[in-house]
Amino acid sequence: MAIIETRDLTYTYPGATNPAITEVSVTIEKGDFVILTGPSGCGKTTLCRCFNGLIPHFYNGNLEGEIVVAGLKVNDHKIHQIARHVGLVFQNPENQLFALSVEKDVAFGLENFAMVRDEMRKRVDWALQMAGISELSERPPHELSGGQQQRVAIASVLAMQPEIMILDEPTSFLDPVGAQKIFEVISELNKKLGITIILVEHRLDLASMYANRVIVMDEGKIVLNGEPRKIFNSEKARLIGVGIPKVTQLYQHLKIHGINLKRVPVTPQETANILREVLKHD
Amino acid sequence: MIEVKDLYFTYPTGVEALRGINLTIDDGEFLAVMGQNGAGKTTLVKHFNGLLKPTKGEILVDGVSTQDVSVAQLARNVGFVFQNPDHQLFSETVEEEIAFALRNFGFEETVIKKQVEWALNLLDITQYRKTSPFMLSGGERKRVALASILAWDPQVIIMDEPTIGQDYQQKEKLMQFILQLNAQKKTVVVVTHDVEFVAECNPRVILMSQGKIVAGGIAEEILTDPKVVAQASIVPPQITQIFLELADLGLPTDIIDVHEASKILLGRMREKS
Repeated sequence: MAIIETRDLTYTYPGATNPAITEVSVTIEKGDFVILTGPSGCGKTTLCRCFNGLIPHFYNGNLEGEIVVAGLKVNDHKIHQIARHVGLVFQNPENQLFALSVEKDVAFGLENFAMVRDEMRKRVDWALQMAGISELSERPPHELSGGQQQRVAIASVLAMQPEIMILDEPTSFLDPVGAQKIFEVISELNKKLGITIILVEHRLDLASMYANRVIVMDEGKIVLNGEPRKIFNSEKARLIGVGIPKVTQLYQHLKIHGINLKRVPVTPQETANILREVLKHD
Repeated sequence: MIEVKDLYFTYPTGVEALRGINLTIDDGEFLAVMGQNGAGKTTLVKHFNGLLKPTKGEILVDGVSTQDVSVAQLARNVGFVFQNPDHQLFSETVEEEIAFALRNFGFEETVIKKQVEWALNLLDITQYRKTSPFMLSGGERKRVALASILAWDPQVIIMDEPTIGQDYQQKEKLMQFILQLNAQKKTVVVVTHDVEFVAECNPRVILMSQGKIVAGGIAEEILTDPKVVAQASIVPPQITQIFLELADLGLPTDIIDVHEASKILLGRMREKS
């Protein structure tokens, strides 16, 4: 079942001469874990802003084409209606956090939904725990490190348990172990709760093992859309400058030298397993 | 040369961020500071240009204690590119942003013009010269912040998480560019979580954890030691992970580079057949 569907979506920011995205037609299925990638300025963030209604309702500008999110025509519904279905974790957590304590920030969205107090308490604690920041609940967000703020931003969106979560480089300030934990949390939400994930990411090394689809944008258009292994191994992805994981690069190096591994790996573990077989049997 | 002598730093809130740091960074060195969130990496490098002053211990930049000079004086030699470009940018156009510090340092208009052109070109942002930095994407703003520092040509360049928000091509360019700065004998200090980036540059690395330096050495040594990296919440590079996994087959484990990896594997396969 499609949870997001766009047809010929073209958007131009107010005052801009050229559109930021051009004739984007894409379908995202319920339960998908999509990585959205592509060169800086290719329109990824703009497309995400369309998915949660910030475009056209907050940014104005000129939007053409059709977009339906969780059954709602984005043009005909207000941001707060769309926000019930779509949670957005900003690239820069400072743009999102504002309350005097972490806990209040995480509870804010729920208060707006007029949730009963006990339920709210449970949700907030759950979200804090999932994001690994239970011990920070009383701290003011602005005093936290970039990585900690990023976790707070994720917890605030998690608490709302939206059907769709859009995360714009949600781990960029986190250390690799922290990033991995967050990706595992997101993957769990995807698998257990069936939340549709759209992850905007350049660092594909860490994230790609969790995704079932990769969408590559370039110059405002979608240019590749498919299974991660296929995309990473495509010539076009290399030419556009997608950050192909090192393990996939290793596969390609070996292939040039006449060694054809039985599949295109996307994780080190998988690569090691394939290599082990080859090295043992040769 | 930057010398850090038994440095302690406690924030006004009481958080003890640095606990006895000793470190020497030679002229022309390329150093990556890595480690877990909250380990004190940014706090440490903020001492190098005097943004923070030690609670105890001292920092000498070219023999002069940072206690004795202002940030403005230090800035001429030590440029600092913030993690979050929004903490740094404020001008109405990209061009003005880059020219700002040059004007403050009292360069002549002709020099300013030349340096602005050079920096715009270098960071691939010429097309945005008349644009407000705040209209740009996160990755682009980051490049504007970097351009505005490089424009005045400091001897030491400190970059806090320069690869955040950068796409693959920009990251490759950034890497080339850092290596080029380094070849020109500039001192480059990079705070980063980006293991793959460090694996490609192979600089000297220090790992921090809880306000202390827990390991130091060249990237090839540090990033391939699973115990050491775990201590600093780092994951070894993908290529290293493969070789660590296959260690029982008698393959070397100190491999971080994809070319070297493929050479070793090919050699091994040829041996077998």
